[in-house]
Order: sequence, then structure tokens, then C-alpha cells
Amino acid sequence: MDLLTDLLAKLRGFLERVGAMTRFFGQLLWLSPGALLRFRLIVEQVYNAGALSLVIIMTCGLFVGMVLGLQGHDLLQRFGSEDSLGTGAALALLKELGPVITALLFAGRAGTALASELGLMRATDQLSAMEIMAVDPMKRVVVPRFLGGAISMPLLTAVFIMVGLFGVQLVGVQLLGVDQGQFWSQMRGAVELDDIREGLIKGVVFGIACSLIAVFEGYNAQPTAEGVGRATTRTVVISAVVTLVLDYILTALML
Amino acid sequence: MSQHQAPAAGVEPAAVPDDIAALHDVDYSIDGKVIFRGIRIGIRRGDVTAIMGPSGTGKTTLLRLITGQLRPDAGRVVVDGRDVARLGRRDLYALRRRMGMLFQNGALLTDLDVFENVAFPLREHARLPERIVRNLVLTKLHAVGLRGAAQLQPRQLSGGMARRVALARAIIMDPQILLYDEPFAGLDPISMGVVMRLIRSLNDALGISSIVVTHDVREISQIADMSYILSDGQVVASGTPRELHDHPSPIVHQFMEGLADGPVSFHYPAPDLREQLLDRTGAK
Repeated sequence: MDLLTDLLAKLRGFLERVGAMTRFFGQLLWLSPGALLRFRLIVEQVYNAGALSLVIIMTCGLFVGMVLGLQGHDLLQRFGSEDSLGTGAALALLKELGPVITALLFAGRAGTALASELGLMRATDQLSAMEIMAVDPMKRVVVPRFLGGAISMPLLTAVFIMVGLFGVQLVGVQLLGVDQGQFWSQMRGAVELDDIREGLIKGVVFGIACSLIAVFEGYNAQPTAEGVGRATTRTVVISAVVTLVLDYILTALML
Repeated sequence: MSQHQAPAAGVEPAAVPDDIAALHDVDYSIDGKVIFRGIRIGIRRGDVTAIMGPSGTGKTTLLRLITGQLRPDAGRVVVDGRDVARLGRRDLYALRRRMGMLFQNGALLTDLDVFENVAFPLREHARLPERIVRNLVLTKLHAVGLRGAAQLQPRQLSGGMARRVALARAIIMDPQILLYDEPFAGLDPISMGVVMRLIRSLNDALGISSIVVTHDVREISQIADMSYILSDGQVVASGTPRELHDHPSPIVHQFMEGLADGPVSFHYPAPDLREQLLDRTGAK
């Protein structure tokens, strides 16, 4: 009986949180058009969330691509079709690996930075100080960070995919001897605009989801050191789970 | 100092029309814990008013009620003739533009330097030429003695400096009312003296009204025109610092003299020590 009560309480807490986040998302969308007028604030956040994540995204993209090159070559060799490495790797990167891994890295790098920054602003009364100065922190702080993250994610996904393809090429063509002409021409022949669109849509959706989770958790963090830590952890965990769940839903819808 | 005639010690003065802010029979609770019960406070225009009391008596909550960040369960909070709880968002923000607040830790925006922190309210609310913004910011920084620190980052400031920058920011929009939340906490004696003199001199030079929440009795007694002592959700005494010093109430005496024990008990409620040590109470 205790277990049931406990479960019901947890379910209720979960639903309340989902409701609160949905309302928060609605508020963000409502305030976004006005925030676009102060473009400089958004550019700053694109720099913070996007440009500062470039090194980690490019490094990981390169190594994911190189591993894909090795594994793909090993697999395709068994069927004697190593020349299709370019096609297989491009589709894998465009449709799945690019958006998903970028989202996971984005949550770990930019998401945690956003959540901890907002949580610390809450804990050190910076958000309250803004309210007293008659400045709405949602408009001035939260919305630009949300938009900055949401804009950065698809761009980072594109960078990840490009660097990943370079990694595949590096291992497949330069190291393992796949024919360069075949590699690129088969890729160009097989990859369609729809595949690119699928990756782009996923990048946009994951970007909105991860940015929303980060700003929501940070803005609503308990104003203590422990609260900020918990908000940061929750940002990574929830972003990872939501990304993978959304990935399945989007893939099912777009296939 | 104020020209007002202070009411007799121990009597809660009724709010008068000249009050810049007043709490009328305000009740407020958080999570079932009563913070205020029918509290009545009047803040007179042009005065430095001290709100004192032991920790946890809701002094900061009182400031948040005045700024409209919290709404009372019952009663009215009136600032400059307007009932704060009844104001819509737009009117509340308009009212807040006439307020400045100094937070305990300064609450400077950590992604902006000192100059931009002070300029922040101007940039948000007024479209002024950069030259005027610069002159206004430097003037206010000069008033708190930190014109030379304009290019520093908040992390490079000491606690006292951060509070002075926050004070410059609080007065940049020429407010009518300034609220201070524990302005002396954690400061060295020199910084404390500087902040203390600034509160008084800004109040008089700018013709504003100041509310100072503190438990630093000695410091605030030197600059306050009127003081309130809160305890157990109510005003237990009010008057000029001298009147409070001679107040007959045991709790006021304990607070003003800083005595460890008295009506506010030194010990948190616990079972009898002997019984507990002999393990007869079942408590840890």
C-alpha cells in the first residue's frame, strides 16, 4: 500500500513537473518574438552555447567518424562492398548519429552551463535584483539563452556531421584504401534531400528540447549549492532521455 | 535627521498620509509557518527606518512584501499610496522603477563589469545617448567612491566594494525609496563605516526614504531616525534608537544588549538533558 501511495505521489510529481515545463515553454514562445528585437543578446548566447561548444563537437565528430569508418569498412568488407562506405556513413551521420550525439554533447556542455548559470543567478539574488529593477528576467535572461541554444544546436549538428564525414574519409579512404572517387560519388548518388531534412529537423527539435530543459531546470533551481548541483544533473539526465525518446518518435514519423 | 515627532516607544504608530510605505494588519505565512500576524508598520517619508529583530523573524520577507515579490495573505501593503498586492504587472514594474534595493551580497550581474552593472537599469529603461549614460554612471560611482573601479569585474571586488557598486546601481534611476537587506553583514569595520555613512548621506542628499533591515544594533542606531523590532511575527517595539535602548520590554532589552538568553531562548526546544543523557527519552 505504501509502495502504491509512493508511486502515485511520484507520478503526480512527474505530471506536475511536465505541466510546469509545458507552461514555461508556452511563456518562452510568447516572449520570443519580442526578444528577437534585441538581437545582440541572442548573438551573445549563440556564442556561449554554440561557438564555445565547437571544439568538443568537432573533436567528438572526428572520432565518431573515424570509428564509423573502421566499423563500416569491417562490416562492408564482409559483403565485398567497401565502396559503399561513404553512403552508409553519410546516412548514419545525417539521420541518427549527428543529431543525437550532438544533442547529448550539447546537453553536457552548453546545457549544464546554462542550468548552472541560471541556478547561480537565482542563488545569488541576481534574478530577484532584476525584478526589483523592473526588468523581467524571463525576457532579459531566459529567452535569449533559450533562443541562443535552440539556434546553435542545428548549426552544431551540421558541423558534427561534416567533421564526422571527414573522419570517415580519413580512415576509410586514406587509411584503409577505399577508392576516393567511389566513396564520394556513391554518397552523392544515394543521399537525398529528405535525408538532410530529417537530420536538420531532428537537430532543431533536439535543440529546442535541450535548451528548454536547461533553462527550465536552471531558472527553477533551489537557491542553494545543492539545488544548483541537482538542477545541473537533472539537465543532463532529462536531456539525454528526452533526446532518445524524441529520436524514436521522429524517426518513426519520418521514415 | 528627521523633523518628525517619534511616537512613544512600544506603541505601533498608525500609518499616516505622509508615509512612503506602510503595512496595515498584514498576515503572511510560508508552508503553514506564520511569519507575520497583523503586523503594522509605517515608513515615514525622508527617514532612515530600521527594521530589526532576531534571525528568522521575517525581516527580508518584509522587504519582499514591500517590493511586491510576495503578496500578503491578509492586510494591505501600501507604497506611495498604492496597494502593492492589487497592482497589475505593468503598474508594479512602474512602481519598482521608483524603488532601489541593496541585496545582502550585492547581487551584481556576474557577466557584466562594474560600469555595465550600474548602467544596467538605464540601458533597460531609458534610451539615452552613450555620453549621458557614461556621465550618469560615473557620477553615481563617484558618489560611492568607486569611479576608479568602473572597469573591474564583480569577481574582483571585495564584499564591501560589491555592496557599494550595488548601491550605485540602486540609485542610478533616482528612486524615492531605497531598501537595504542586511547591508552590514560580513563587512570589516572600515567597510561597515563607509556603508553606514553612505546610507545616511545618500538618504539626505537625494531626499529619499530608506528602509534598512539589519541586526547590527550599534551601527544602525547611529543613523536611523526610527526603528522597529520584530519578533514572533509582530512588532514588539518601535521608536527612536534612544527610546528603544531604554525600553522596558525584556525581549527588546535582550536584543539591544545582545544577551545570549532571555525571552529568545539560547536552547532549541529539547528534552531534559539529564533524562536524555540517561537514555530515558528515546531521543538520539
